[in-house]
Amino acid sequence: MLDIKDLKVSIDGKEILKEINLKVNTGEVHAIMGPNGSGKSTLASALVGRDIVKIVKGSITYMGENLLELSPEERARKGIFLGFQYPVEIPGVTMVNFLRTAINEQRRFKNLEPLSSADFLKLMREKQELVGLQSKLTDRSVNEGFSGGEKKKNEIFQMALLEPKLAILDETDSGLDIDALKIVANGVNKLKSKDNATIVITHYQRLLDYIIPDFVHILYKGRIVKSSGKELARELEEKGYEWLSEE
Amino acid sequence: MENEQDKILSEVTESEYKYGFVTDIETETFPKGLNEKIIRKISSIKKEPEFLLEFRLKAYRHWLKMKMPRWANIKLPEIDYQDMIYYAAPKQKAGPETLDGVDPELLRTFDRLGIPLDEQKRLTGVAVDAVMDSISVKTTFQETLAELGIIFCSFGEAVKEHPDLIKKYMGTVVPYTDNYFAALNSAVFSDGSFCYIPKGVRCPMELSTYFRINAANTGQFERTLVIAEEDSYLSYLEGCTAPIRDKNQLHAAIVEIIAMENAEVKYSTVQNWYPGDKEGKGGIYNFVTKRGICKGDNSKISWTQVETGSAITWKYPSCILKGNNTVGEFYSVAVTNNYQQADTGTKMIHIGENSSSVIVSKGISAGHSQNSYRGLVKVAKNAKNVRNFSQCDSLLLSDKCGAHTFPYLEVDNDTAIIEHEATTSKINEDQIFYCNQRGIDMESAIGLIVNGYAREVLNKLPMEFAVEAQKLLQISLEGSVG
Repeated sequence: MLDIKDLKVSIDGKEILKEINLKVNTGEVHAIMGPNGSGKSTLASALVGRDIVKIVKGSITYMGENLLELSPEERARKGIFLGFQYPVEIPGVTMVNFLRTAINEQRRFKNLEPLSSADFLKLMREKQELVGLQSKLTDRSVNEGFSGGEKKKNEIFQMALLEPKLAILDETDSGLDIDALKIVANGVNKLKSKDNATIVITHYQRLLDYIIPDFVHILYKGRIVKSSGKELARELEEKGYEWLSEE
Repeated sequence: MENEQDKILSEVTESEYKYGFVTDIETETFPKGLNEKIIRKISSIKKEPEFLLEFRLKAYRHWLKMKMPRWANIKLPEIDYQDMIYYAAPKQKAGPETLDGVDPELLRTFDRLGIPLDEQKRLTGVAVDAVMDSISVKTTFQETLAELGIIFCSFGEAVKEHPDLIKKYMGTVVPYTDNYFAALNSAVFSDGSFCYIPKGVRCPMELSTYFRINAANTGQFERTLVIAEEDSYLSYLEGCTAPIRDKNQLHAAIVEIIAMENAEVKYSTVQNWYPGDKEGKGGIYNFVTKRGICKGDNSKISWTQVETGSAITWKYPSCILKGNNTVGEFYSVAVTNNYQQADTGTKMIHIGENSSSVIVSKGISAGHSQNSYRGLVKVAKNAKNVRNFSQCDSLLLSDKCGAHTFPYLEVDNDTAIIEHEATTSKINEDQIFYCNQRGIDMESAIGLIVNGYAREVLNKLPMEFAVEAQKLLQISLEGSVG
């Protein structure tokens, strides 16, 4: 599904990712771990096409297509979803209006009729239940006045609604208490299928107690220095990141 | 990123103004120029009573002594008042009392504008007075409204049928001495709408006036007079469009509202006059005086405006809060794109005790446009316990446009509580990216964000209008982003 080859990326002329190689197949959950500043969020930004990120070298192939040629909205319409680390507030734009626009843009791209209000609201209620988001949230403006936990739940809710093929969750666990963490993880697990894939970006191992990854990669100073099964996460938790610099 | 964003935001509108067509219809026009003879001719063609001609001539003589005001934050070329036509009327049989009397071409015009004049085709709940150039073409639902004692007709008809009301109220809120354009309008006004809601009546439908400029080289000068008697309620709508022409055209209107005890009037405007082209050529000069007086205690006047059109907009819908416990409101969204200029705001004149006012102004500027809010809050010496809240926000979509705020405060009673908040922001690229990442393209994202920004004001519009206004906002800014 996703094939990153020799990816070199810079931001403001500074090289952040040095030589990333990563393959993700459908049905897989990958965890990318690493200390602050290792380039985790930059990798997410490169995948969704943020324009601050400059691709210096390498390629990203997504479902057989050159991902780097697609605009951010095209990538989204082709099934790439980013759960933002810091979801932005959009005052005055209701969640209903926002998500209806999003879902209908995506449907238009697939040559599907727009969803009727009734169908949309029904779908919305269904997905809210799935991720445990209270109904009143949906009448509010996008992320406005949401607590940190609500914002993260809201990201997972949007993911449930948009049904992406490749979901990238950028530090979705940061700032969550253990209950919120469980709810978020639970949502991710329920949405998992053999047709989609998830990349979980995290600093801590604790999210991986609830979302069991098939692969764990350690990103350190712009390189993936170690890739292994889920046991790597625990090893990392015990030893910390310091040992990496010694190796 | 900067470059990309700048590129996106600096590309100005590519979309065509969709109401820019011209109706090919025989028009009766007066020769160009302004003098007493022309004024007498306007008055005589409209078969006006003597008092009205007197009023016009007094206004004209006063206007001659006045000078074009220059204080607004706009660049305004000289206007040659002798190079303009002051009366243009689509030719039709006298007195279009029935639809059959109206030229089919005119009906088609209003159909194309989305204002069908056939009552069968209308959504119930909105009565329309359709004004083209200098005359009213047709007023719908007059009979239905008359059953409740509501008078809704063209200004010209009101002059004939209800001269006593005109004589009593016309010019009492906006006297002809008020300002340069009010004097001009008072001298040469041609038609407009008149509305009278009797005591204790809640008007069951929205009343609306649709103004259309069609003829070239013509100024449009209409008057609207709204009288709401005790315990009455009215929601009034106003819409405007004009054809695409290279030459600027002047629109100088007057709107007067009188609200008696416990009366409430909501006056909503969606102004979409032709704004000129991308280089700033052509477009309407929209210089309008709108004012309401809350005469009786506990009365309320609320102005809501969505201003997207006109080359230059210059207007300040105001409230004189004369009665005690009166309420004045002003909700405004003003969008300027390309080379449009807007200097708009309100005046809240507090005279009555416990009177309160709310001002919410949202300016949105794109392209090379200039957008100013100018507002006065005045508290008279004997006005105790006045409250005012003002909020003026500006949103910038390019780095070549300007947003300005000019709040004026004159408070002569120290029991007043006045609050003023102002913000200026640039459209936030994180918000745009968030939308993009959900599959929403740049243009729709801007539309969403701008509509969200203006929501507080749009929510004040009647439902049917709010949807139109949202679309209009989106269209006005179309192409202002990549």
